[in-house]
Amino acid sequence: MDGHRGSLSSRAWRLVTLGVPLAFLALFFLYPVAAIVERGLRGAGDAPLDVLTDPLTREIVWFTVWQALASTVLTIAVALPAAYVLGRFRFRGRSVVSALVVIPFVLPTVVVGLAFLAILPDGVERGWAPILIAHAFFNVAVVVRIVGTFWASLDPRLNEAAATLGASPLARLREVTAPLLAPALASAAAIVFLFSFTSFGVVLILGGPRYATIEAEIYNQAVRLFDLRAAAVLSLVQLTCVVGAVWVAMRLERRLTPTGQLRTEAETLRAPRTTRDKLVVGTSLGGLALFLGLPLAVLVERSLAVGDGYGLDAYKTLGRPTSVLLAAPWEAVANSIVYAAAATLIAVVVGGLAAFAAAGGRNGHATRSGPGSGPRTWLAGTRLVDSLILLPLGVSAVMLGLGLLIAFDTPPLDFRAAPWLVPVAQALIAIPFVVRILVPTLRSIDPHQREAATLLGASPGRVRREIDLPIVSRGIAVAAGFAFAISLGEFGATVFLARPDRPTLPVAIFRFLGRPGEINVAQAYALAVVLMAVTVAAVLLVERVRVRRGGWF
Amino acid sequence: MLQVDSVTVAFDGKKALDAASLDVADGEIVTVLGPSGSGKTTLLRVIAGLQVPDAGSVLLDGIDLADVPPHRRGVGLVFQDHALFPHRDVFGNVAFGLRMRGDSPDAIESRTAELLALVGLAGLEERSVGTLSGGEQQRVALARALAPEPRILLLDEPLGSLDRRLRDRLLDDLERLFDELGVTAVYVTHDQTEAFTLGDRVAVMRDGHVVQVATPDDLWAHPLDEDVARFLGLANVADEKIVRPEAVRVRPATGDGQGVVERVVRVGPVVRLRVRLDDGRTLEAAVAAIAHPHAGDRVDVEIDPEGIVRFR
Amino acid sequence: MIRLYALAGISLALAGCAGSDETPTEVVLVTHDSFAISDEVKQAFEDESGLTLRILKAGDAGEIVTRALLTAGNPEGDVLFGVDDNLLARALEGDVFEAYESPELESVDPELVLDPEHRATPIDRGDVCLNVDKAWFAERGIDPPDDLGDLVLAKHRGQLVVENPATSTPGLAFMLATIAQFGDGWQEYWRKLRANDVLVVDGWEDAYYARFSGAAGSKGRRPIVVSYASSPPAEVIFRDPRPAEAPTGVVEESCFRQIELAGVLRGAKNEDGARELIDFMLSKRFQEDIPLQMFVFPARRDATLPPEFEQFAVVPQSPLELPPEEIEENRERWVDEWTDIVVR
Repeated sequence: MDGHRGSLSSRAWRLVTLGVPLAFLALFFLYPVAAIVERGLRGAGDAPLDVLTDPLTREIVWFTVWQALASTVLTIAVALPAAYVLGRFRFRGRSVVSALVVIPFVLPTVVVGLAFLAILPDGVERGWAPILIAHAFFNVAVVVRIVGTFWASLDPRLNEAAATLGASPLARLREVTAPLLAPALASAAAIVFLFSFTSFGVVLILGGPRYATIEAEIYNQAVRLFDLRAAAVLSLVQLTCVVGAVWVAMRLERRLTPTGQLRTEAETLRAPRTTRDKLVVGTSLGGLALFLGLPLAVLVERSLAVGDGYGLDAYKTLGRPTSVLLAAPWEAVANSIVYAAAATLIAVVVGGLAAFAAAGGRNGHATRSGPGSGPRTWLAGTRLVDSLILLPLGVSAVMLGLGLLIAFDTPPLDFRAAPWLVPVAQALIAIPFVVRILVPTLRSIDPHQREAATLLGASPGRVRREIDLPIVSRGIAVAAGFAFAISLGEFGATVFLARPDRPTLPVAIFRFLGRPGEINVAQAYALAVVLMAVTVAAVLLVERVRVRRGGWF
Repeated sequence: MLQVDSVTVAFDGKKALDAASLDVADGEIVTVLGPSGSGKTTLLRVIAGLQVPDAGSVLLDGIDLADVPPHRRGVGLVFQDHALFPHRDVFGNVAFGLRMRGDSPDAIESRTAELLALVGLAGLEERSVGTLSGGEQQRVALARALAPEPRILLLDEPLGSLDRRLRDRLLDDLERLFDELGVTAVYVTHDQTEAFTLGDRVAVMRDGHVVQVATPDDLWAHPLDEDVARFLGLANVADEKIVRPEAVRVRPATGDGQGVVERVVRVGPVVRLRVRLDDGRTLEAAVAAIAHPHAGDRVDVEIDPEGIVRFR
Repeated sequence: MIRLYALAGISLALAGCAGSDETPTEVVLVTHDSFAISDEVKQAFEDESGLTLRILKAGDAGEIVTRALLTAGNPEGDVLFGVDDNLLARALEGDVFEAYESPELESVDPELVLDPEHRATPIDRGDVCLNVDKAWFAERGIDPPDDLGDLVLAKHRGQLVVENPATSTPGLAFMLATIAQFGDGWQEYWRKLRANDVLVVDGWEDAYYARFSGAAGSKGRRPIVVSYASSPPAEVIFRDPRPAEAPTGVVEESCFRQIELAGVLRGAKNEDGARELIDFMLSKRFQEDIPLQMFVFPARRDATLPPEFEQFAVVPQSPLELPPEEIEENRERWVDEWTDIVVR
């Protein structure tokens, strides 16, 4: 990638960008998953075949796959208008909008489920339709932010050139915008698919007893029935599907060429001028606000319900230690933030390194000295990292949680109860975001800039710092925002990790909802609103980091 | 065939174009000359339909383009930094407009080959645009714009990012090309050489307004005012008049002389001398001779009255 | 900003290091997310025993038992609390406990001692019962159901919401109650319930807060829900202002006994401390703290109940029950059959 083949610092860099993520994944992901699957399959005999040939299994797998696909399509359809607006226009409150869409992402499914149930009319509130809608609700943020940010870095003159060559708006979309957006869209779609594929709570609450996904069945087998064998087999089935999906996504991405020069937002965004512009911005954002806002409004309303009227009582009691939590709920906020900060740090570092590896390995168009630089093993390694990195999103959270339990139970690896395991597990989910956001950006950096810097005396490391880093700083901010949100929302295996009694926000919300009583319910909703506010604040703050450092675009 | 009538465009209260007007006849090349910020690019964008004017109109062959979207105007545009489609190869780029037009694959193939040959890039169809040199990229951009036979071609400082030699060569090529094809074009630049070489007429822009339109000779002979004169690179501008450098005769001093040569610069066949007169004024002289005074020499200066120009 | 992250990371690492121990100065309690203990009581234990009480929470009852089974012999903590009678047989089969007969067991109702070998010790009971919305029935002049049999009557059509036994503990308990009551006729009973428009949801929160008309702020329209015997007092305590009467009631004849047990984990690092903790959990101090903390009833006979419980709670005298071994043996089959009858 830098033409300095064989230089020591270059080799060391390659080792680090490839080695650290691989080691991280191997230790905290592959090893635990292998451990629990092995444990489950031990002495299996032909029991595994039972599960595979059971028609129920086939039904479950089929449902899981098609609802994930449908959810992905719906999510993209809902999110694209807003992504378009964020990608083309500059307007006041733009960063706030971008932060607001993240809110549904972090809310516990049980809370959202209740909100949905309150809104949807009877008869419609259960079944596959609410499941798809709920998935779209949660995952809109992924598409809007990933695609929107990338869109904003595309050169608008390409569209203009196409227009002067006779391309109608539709043709421009098809010929210019879509191909250029494709890498980002593919990344976002892959992530949404994986989330929907392993979705658990949503399916249970909104689907009713008739619908089950593979993940729900794994949970059922592992925890309710303690049939680890069936659980292990099912998670292998799940893993196969996920690997298949990831492979397809990788192939698609490989065929989509890198996008050439990226622009800064100052260059690409314009303020909405014509009435048509304003209409587009208004309806897109308005529509999304309605879609996301309705359930959230229900939450807010419920948190303010006191007796027959309204009041801030629920919020006031949040300051006092209650019996449900060992400490005042505000401490849950603090705990959440600390975990989130740690998880974000891990995710950005490990993910960032992996992104450099993945982007550098296939940077064929970077120099005229041929595709990629470095030995074959390096290339193979980068491809491995690229694919592996998405797997944690698609692996059963239950199995990973149990895997972490049994993998790390003897010294020197006996950190199964270590509190830092929580941010590590959260980082596993966040890292794919970091990588998927940064890779398209890294690949698109104008190689001439790098070459210019090199010729001016910058070492490869310096080039990365001076050229690459500022350009991807925007991407890093978005990715860090996601990582923070993911941690706040306690995705994946963290739900199945043992923690010291220092509850985080989602856990606290669960506890309040777990017992009857009007005050408990109201406090649960109030905490949910707090979680929403903390999320928005955190995401906005993370994105500010980039702006304050001046000199960076 | 093109009539730009009093077009005004304002951004955040600041006027990028201020009642700018321009006429272009069929087959004519009009170069628009002006410093950065004079509104040249905005003018092009308005003609192309990429910018909607706040006031004024654009007529092409008598038809008001106000309601015509950019993709239906038949206006070609070559950008300053080519804006080639990175996700398509050279062929894909050049063929784009033809595809939009609905030409048959055979027609597309032959026309693309024709154009690539025209710009001197025959055989490069399958190259990825990222692997081309700057000059090659601009040629592809030109071929791409010309392919769908636009009624009028707009060029926005297309040679701006190229080195001098490349620029000169490309300038030659462009001149030849425009001649051969009979193209109607509006060519925007801040470089006087380009403007004068290519333009049948040159329009000078300043602060969003077209201040003067004339043939190169005319412009050179009778610039509108001091400002335009200075911009054209005319020296010896003062007191409402210009003394053309070629009208300043410099001879080695017989006796004390009237001034001293401060600076000597050879620009091709011409030597430009800066003479500081004893009374403090400086004069630029242009001498087309092999032998000439050198820096530090005392000289006599005589001005040919033919070379004194009054502003219009 | 980077500094903040680093600080967070370091403090987290340091916090993690606090766990390593050479001589046991702490006792680790592994329990589920619903465990609660008031500060004073926790402090009392730590003062008395000289040990730090570290609480590890990991999910619900099913999850902690699964974890215990997976780590049998090399457990995460010293004491496991939260095994209920549905899961007991599984836990015992998996040999996760070390037997210990606490002297405090004298004060516990012998009926609750499910394991004669004392590998697990009963700590509290949280019976699962049908809850009814009194106001709803009063408004319509209908009598609420008296027992399980009433539910299939036409006058209670469309009034019942239950949780899926495959996914919910109270749901499972209710299904077991019907099996205990009707024996082999339980399938027929559920067919009639289905014909009588019973609503099945996945979890307690959904059933109680979204479907049950008696929960405050709920838009639900069903006045009968599967919940706990301790739900009515909670409705009183957690409502502001407190009503004079409990808005919901319990159908006593529908109650299914649920006992929660604790045990010393085999291979615990601090076995002595574990035993002390179990004794403490059976002490009056802890037992009397239970009702308002976890909303279940103490196992200890002589524990005084808080006034709200005295006033508004019903302690089922002879709840339905099934032997743990029978539950463990047949549970999967029963749930499958139930699913076939009710869902498909």
